[in-house]
Amino acid sequence: MSFYDTYSRYKDLELEEVFHSISPVSIFNSLKGNNLSVEQFFGLLSPQAENNLESMAQRAHALTRNYFGNTMQLYAPMYLSNYCDNTCLYCGFNLNNNIRRRRLTLEEAEKEARFVSSSGLKHILILTGESRVSSPVSYIQDCVTILRKYFTSISIEVYPLAENEYAQLVAQGVDGLTIYQEVYNEQVYAKMHISGPKQDYRFRLDAPERGAKAKMRSISIGALLGLGDWRREAFLLGLHAKYLQDNFPDVEIGISVPRIQPQVGGFKPISPVSDRNVVQIILALRIFLPRLGITISTRENPEFRENLIALGITRMSAGSVTNVGGYALYREENDQFSQFKIQDQRTIDEIKTVLEKRGYQPVFKDWLYL
Amino acid sequence: MGDFLEIAGEKINNRLFIGTGKFSSYLIMKQALTEAKAQVATVALRRVDAGSKTENIMDYIPPECQVMINTSGARDADEAVRIARLAKAAGSGNWIKIEVIRDNKYLLPDNIETLRAVEVLVKEGFTVFPYMSPDLSIARRMVDAGARAIMPLGSPIGSNRGIKTRELIEILVSEIKVPIIVDAGLGKPSEACECMELGCAAVLVNTAIAVSQDPVSMAKAFSQAVCAGRLAYLSGIPLAGKFADASSPLTGFLREDKK
Repeated sequence: MSFYDTYSRYKDLELEEVFHSISPVSIFNSLKGNNLSVEQFFGLLSPQAENNLESMAQRAHALTRNYFGNTMQLYAPMYLSNYCDNTCLYCGFNLNNNIRRRRLTLEEAEKEARFVSSSGLKHILILTGESRVSSPVSYIQDCVTILRKYFTSISIEVYPLAENEYAQLVAQGVDGLTIYQEVYNEQVYAKMHISGPKQDYRFRLDAPERGAKAKMRSISIGALLGLGDWRREAFLLGLHAKYLQDNFPDVEIGISVPRIQPQVGGFKPISPVSDRNVVQIILALRIFLPRLGITISTRENPEFRENLIALGITRMSAGSVTNVGGYALYREENDQFSQFKIQDQRTIDEIKTVLEKRGYQPVFKDWLYL
Repeated sequence: MGDFLEIAGEKINNRLFIGTGKFSSYLIMKQALTEAKAQVATVALRRVDAGSKTENIMDYIPPECQVMINTSGARDADEAVRIARLAKAAGSGNWIKIEVIRDNKYLLPDNIETLRAVEVLVKEGFTVFPYMSPDLSIARRMVDAGARAIMPLGSPIGSNRGIKTRELIEILVSEIKVPIIVDAGLGKPSEACECMELGCAAVLVNTAIAVSQDPVSMAKAFSQAVCAGRLAYLSGIPLAGKFADASSPLTGFLREDKK
């Protein structure tokens, strides 16, 4: 069992042909019914559906409100290490980039944790560059032990692990796994990942399944928009999320659709994605999978983030920094050595105020360590 | 008022229980609970944040409200049991709504794991309220295991589809001796009223109140509907028929015999 089988079935789909068969009536019908078919989902991503964005938004808004209420889960990312064995063209941590490499000591990790938790946030996402040597599982595990004192929910975004390694971290107190395929198109994937272990497309693609088998409570997947054709990428991302929901019903599945942001390497999106396109993707995913968690990070600018709130977003990062030790230790390195540039630099308090003004309850804690 | 629901020594006059998730703020949630004069509120332990630097939900539950902690997030009996124990240790009382869900698409409960949790928690002295898919055999086992009430769903959580499981709930009402409290899926006050007319002991509503335009008024509306339905049930609802009573009954001639 692997999502690769589903991927193989759809990867060569003739987009033009399928889009041709989509009528305004079929789009209209998708907005009325429940349990959309894969074809209907594709219809919502079609060029024709761009004419229906407002009705899609109304539907997505109503679904999100019923299933998630007037609440917004908040979390912060925390970078533990930026050593990396890969040369991903779009990433600031690329092995060939001349940035200061750091790995937090356990004492430093605790300082960062203390800083982030002073805001009241109880959900943390810890990240490392993809280097098994520099940030081995044992190191992540040691950090988790410390972070548990400060946070009630700990998610990881690290290199793909084996099932038993995920299980080891779950036993230590990790409850969430974030792993983005970056780009589903295998050929583009190969072009973006020129060297290093990340070249292994399949091992990464199957990582969410291994995490689910290891009893992760929530799993978030994503496509980095700007690499492959966005309609196809969003379609495959939706199918991947559905595949995980169908096969692991006890895991909360979430997605994210980050767009490439400026970083040290100066990489520019191959296939640009407009605000309008991002909105269409989010709406289509929400209507296709009503219970799907949808995350929007501080990669996007404040105004756009605020406008997306009502369209289906359920989780937001806030007050983020994307460099190692960026909260309490090396704030001055933010601009130079971050993984990517943050657009929304507002503090957690400011985000809280914005949410409250818009009629959303900011949720600081929504899990507890069992 | 002579009619009240008694559970574990608590006398409950208001048969509308309110769930505390999904509100746009704790303040509005508190106003809704107050305005509806709610006496029972369910709270997910996962949301309780005792040493909170921001806000703790428990500070917004009116003192006259009995808190029923729910085990939201539990995927099996063991997790539900652990959540219940943590709740007790944190001083959140011992009324536990057991919610075990292994299905994130429909959020339908796992009756077997729920039953296992009932068995353990009753023995540990908890007042246990299992949330379940309406099933007579399992409900009987839950009662045998010591559940104080049975909480069958009307339709999936957050779906606002009303009491789609009506036939099964009617069976539970007639066969199960502990209170039947319909939980989940009620979208309108009329549906809450319908549950009460059927003889349910109470209903639990969250989404329909929390995501309405005016949650405070909606809470009141539900409360009134629950009162009306209860009163109707107690008054004995006449059987509904499709046809008018025949003015010349077929057995009219038998009247003569009475003389």
